[in-house]
Amino acid sequence: MNTNQAISTKQLTLSYGDTTIINELDLEIPKGEITVFIGGNGCGKSTLLRSIARLLKPKSGAVLLDGEAIAKLSTKDVARKMAILPQSPSAPEGLTVLQLVKQGRYPYQTWLKQWTSEDEEKVNNALEATGLMKLKDRAVDSLSGGQRQRAWIAMTLAQDTDTILLDEPTTYLDMTHQIEILDLLFELNEKEQRTIVMVLHDLNLACRYAHNVVAIKDQKIYAQGKPEVVINCSLVKNVFEMECEVTVDPLFGTPLCIPYGKGRCILKQERLSRNG
Amino acid sequence: MLLKSNLQKWSGLLFAVILLLLLMCVSIVYGYTDTTWKMAIDAFTSFDGSNEHLIIQTVRLPRALIAAAVGASLAIAGVLLQTITKNPLAAPEIFGINAGAGFAVVITVTLFSLSNLQIFTWISFLGAAVSFLLVYIIGSIGRDGLTPMKLTLAGAAMSAMFASMTQGFLVINETALEQVLFWLAGSVSGRKLETLLSVLPYLIVGWGLALLISNKLNVLSMGEDVAKGLGLKTGMLKIWSGLIIVLLSGGAVAVAGPIAFIGIVIPHITRAVVGIDHRWVIPFSALFGGMLLLIADTASRFIIMPQEVPVGVMTAVIGTPFFVYIARKGFNK
Repeated sequence: MNTNQAISTKQLTLSYGDTTIINELDLEIPKGEITVFIGGNGCGKSTLLRSIARLLKPKSGAVLLDGEAIAKLSTKDVARKMAILPQSPSAPEGLTVLQLVKQGRYPYQTWLKQWTSEDEEKVNNALEATGLMKLKDRAVDSLSGGQRQRAWIAMTLAQDTDTILLDEPTTYLDMTHQIEILDLLFELNEKEQRTIVMVLHDLNLACRYAHNVVAIKDQKIYAQGKPEVVINCSLVKNVFEMECEVTVDPLFGTPLCIPYGKGRCILKQERLSRNG
Repeated sequence: MLLKSNLQKWSGLLFAVILLLLLMCVSIVYGYTDTTWKMAIDAFTSFDGSNEHLIIQTVRLPRALIAAAVGASLAIAGVLLQTITKNPLAAPEIFGINAGAGFAVVITVTLFSLSNLQIFTWISFLGAAVSFLLVYIIGSIGRDGLTPMKLTLAGAAMSAMFASMTQGFLVINETALEQVLFWLAGSVSGRKLETLLSVLPYLIVGWGLALLISNKLNVLSMGEDVAKGLGLKTGMLKIWSGLIIVLLSGGAVAVAGPIAFIGIVIPHITRAVVGIDHRWVIPFSALFGGMLLLIADTASRFIIMPQEVPVGVMTAVIGTPFFVYIARKGFNK
């Protein structure tokens, strides 16, 4: 069994009722890297992530975590290896940041062992890493969008798993907070070699932060690999159905996608057009 | 949140227990028949067979115990339902439990001409359980399993169906109407201690199980996906919760008939006092629920003396303004 794969799927088919979303997908997600699923709205990237996180039962096929079929592991065992932050989670009113983060230790609690010094330590580390120590007694619903998302990430950190899945962690955040969240995840990956798998809408941010992108189209993987290798005009055209120019980010050197279309063009050169 | 530290909460719990016991004493001492605190004590220490002593022992004591137990059970059932359905207005009565129990009792009276309270107990327990199970099953049909929305809709539909069928039967059969009307309004009076004792084991099991799952309810309240991600078996928890709700609200309706509002109001009051941690909310709700029903029942004896207002009416009178208040405030605590 290949230990370089944190997660893999075997002939995974997902469907809602009679509609097939993902068809016989074989996917390998490398350990210790940041993998980002990209694709158009409704292409099934969130569905795939949810299924990997066992929130959705596959119609057929299997998800393997460290080589073991996830359906055969106890759900608490899985929760000690893999954390999931769903899209736009909502905390009950009045729940404090500390109470939220403490819930991340649920997979380690049993009837006999309710709360240990290790739990305490992991919770403190998670608050430290997300810079929320000072806000720990504030109610989650009183925080700003960025702080709130950091609190949820802190909960998944307290879960102390090698792998963290995040479904659109930057949705509804302004640009400053999008970068703040992605920087935080990037650091976690750099410092602690955690495997991070997420769905992102912003292709340029995906190129900047991901070691590995998975482009999904028509129930299948359209392409997978390093952004600088796989992201080009024809991929964007086929996956997102959008004409664009792919250039190089002047700061990071990663691919930068600039869509064609309408808008004010103040360059002296000929107006950009659909035909280039 | 009124009580913040754990010390405050433990002290609060102790205080609430004392207050509940005190209210039970008040309920035993004050009523239509003039009795004093000394008489009440004598009735248990040196019983002399007098009318007052008899009333205290056989009428007032069971009544106080029933009010406390029923109030506590309805409040806990309300907490569980509100958490599972994520619906702040959830309570046993909107999930068909009271309507199912009422229907079962009315059927028994009209078809079998049975009108003994002891039989009502088991019939209504059965009716409550069957009705709630139907709601749970209907709410679980479909691909995504038990969802708050489907459960609430199923509850509303079943309540409406059972309530209208009950009314239909009562319109046809006027004798039955007379026999069950007082039961249908909900009351803790005129019940023997045996009635309580026969359902008490179910209530105690329900209280204990509710405390045992309180931490899991905290996890579930973070949302279905988050809870599953944390390794909680949400489907299993909902089945257990359903069982506890049947035991508690079924047992309560069996003893006291349908009593509304405690299940809705008490969880909100409790959360305002102790916050949202179910490990505290459940025991405090139980105590507050017992208190509210004791207060409502004691007050019901004095409003139109010498007659009594059915306690179900009293809780509604106390509960409705509060209901409007929380609805208007948008549940911001």
